[in-house]
Amino acid sequence: MDIEFLAKYYKFFISGTGITLFLSFFGVIFGVVIGVFLALMKLSEKPLIRMPATAYIEVVRGTPLLVQLFLIYIGLPKATGIAFPDLSLAIIAVSLNSAAYVAEIIRAGIQSIDKGQMEAARSLGMTHSVTMRYIIIPQAFKNILPALGNEFIVLVKESAIVSVIGIHDLMYKADTVRGISYKPFAPLLIAAVIYFSITFTLSKLVGNLERRLSAGDPRK
Amino acid sequence: MIRVNKLNKSFGQLHVLKGIEEHIKKGEVVVVIGPSGSGKSTFLRCLNLLEHPTNGEIIFEGASITDPKNDINKQREKMGMVFQQFNLFPHMTVLENITLSPIKVKKMEKSEAEKIAFRLLKRIGLEDKADSYPNQLSGGQKQRIAIARALAMSPDVMLFDEPTSALDPEMVGEVLDVMKELADEGMTMVVVTHEMGFAKEVGSRVLFMDDGKVVEQASPRELFENPKHPRTKDFLAKVL
Repeated sequence: MDIEFLAKYYKFFISGTGITLFLSFFGVIFGVVIGVFLALMKLSEKPLIRMPATAYIEVVRGTPLLVQLFLIYIGLPKATGIAFPDLSLAIIAVSLNSAAYVAEIIRAGIQSIDKGQMEAARSLGMTHSVTMRYIIIPQAFKNILPALGNEFIVLVKESAIVSVIGIHDLMYKADTVRGISYKPFAPLLIAAVIYFSITFTLSKLVGNLERRLSAGDPRK
Repeated sequence: MIRVNKLNKSFGQLHVLKGIEEHIKKGEVVVVIGPSGSGKSTFLRCLNLLEHPTNGEIIFEGASITDPKNDINKQREKMGMVFQQFNLFPHMTVLENITLSPIKVKKMEKSEAEKIAFRLLKRIGLEDKADSYPNQLSGGQKQRIAIARALAMSPDVMLFDEPTSALDPEMVGEVLDVMKELADEGMTMVVVTHEMGFAKEVGSRVLFMDDGKVVEQASPRELFENPKHPRTKDFLAKVL
């Protein structure tokens, strides 16, 4: 790999990285929002609310992301008659997939909080939702942060799969460069380095947040 | 103040409370004793509906709290509870633990809630711990804070669920002292405990429970010195 090569093709990698970051960012946001709702549904005492969430999580975890991606890519415009931009379809597929994993992480986090916490808060007259908001979720969030960070990293890496439906993300651009430069190896190496820098930064950020959250709290 | 009519509670096949009838009057300190598994904690937890009775009725200050239409949160503000495991909120300072509920439930101003909190902390001798986190405290300190947290809602009755059972022996005294002081001030209290000394000294009435029923009840003096029921005699012979 030489400087000349990079000078010639660096723009491909920059635009690809931009798309990958954009996709991952919204994938994480929507994944968490949908995941929170799924988790709360799954914790409901009413089977009619709990069952759909359980079914959804099981199906999403039990089928490949690649299949889900194509189902959304082809199925959603067909079912709704709306011509979604490809990138938004990719974001929908990635978030719907991530939401199932996030939901399980959040559910486990909430259930890991001692039930004495709920009882103490309720005995003070707090409602169920006030207790969740001020007592349960803040403690759960701290506990699940490492697992959540891990899920974000997985999402960034797995987003590479959207290149198969023609999204111009980092993976797609790396492939393009391979084609036009007749260099089969170097572009992949560059893509790997870029993916790693993104996920490594993310992992450091989550680590920092973890330390910050535990700073004011001497629990060991 | 609290009237309990034909209270039954089952966990699946297990019949834990069998038709309890009880009337707790204002200013009374009712101490509930009995062997483990006798249903005394379940009885106490039914009083503020942490356990839902299978059937029967509980009336608190004239309102039937077991009525499905009743909003229990209103009455819980008036019923403080102290747990065996303290259940302080570990992510909050002592001050936040005490002020959270007055602020969020009673919509009290933060400054006013803190004033009340400091008064309570002073009373239990822990004002210097306001900014500490629960895990920096000893068991006895935690339980005194838990009592202060419940008192911050200015309840009409305090429920104690084995408040000293999780404490090291040398810390039991400091918690009992706070409870004694409360009783002296005329607080209505229901106390599930194994501290027979406390029952004798502070209780205005002692209930002995066994197998889901109140087997015998009397003044502490009467019950401890002259138990009538063979089960009570048997139990007291073992614990005294």
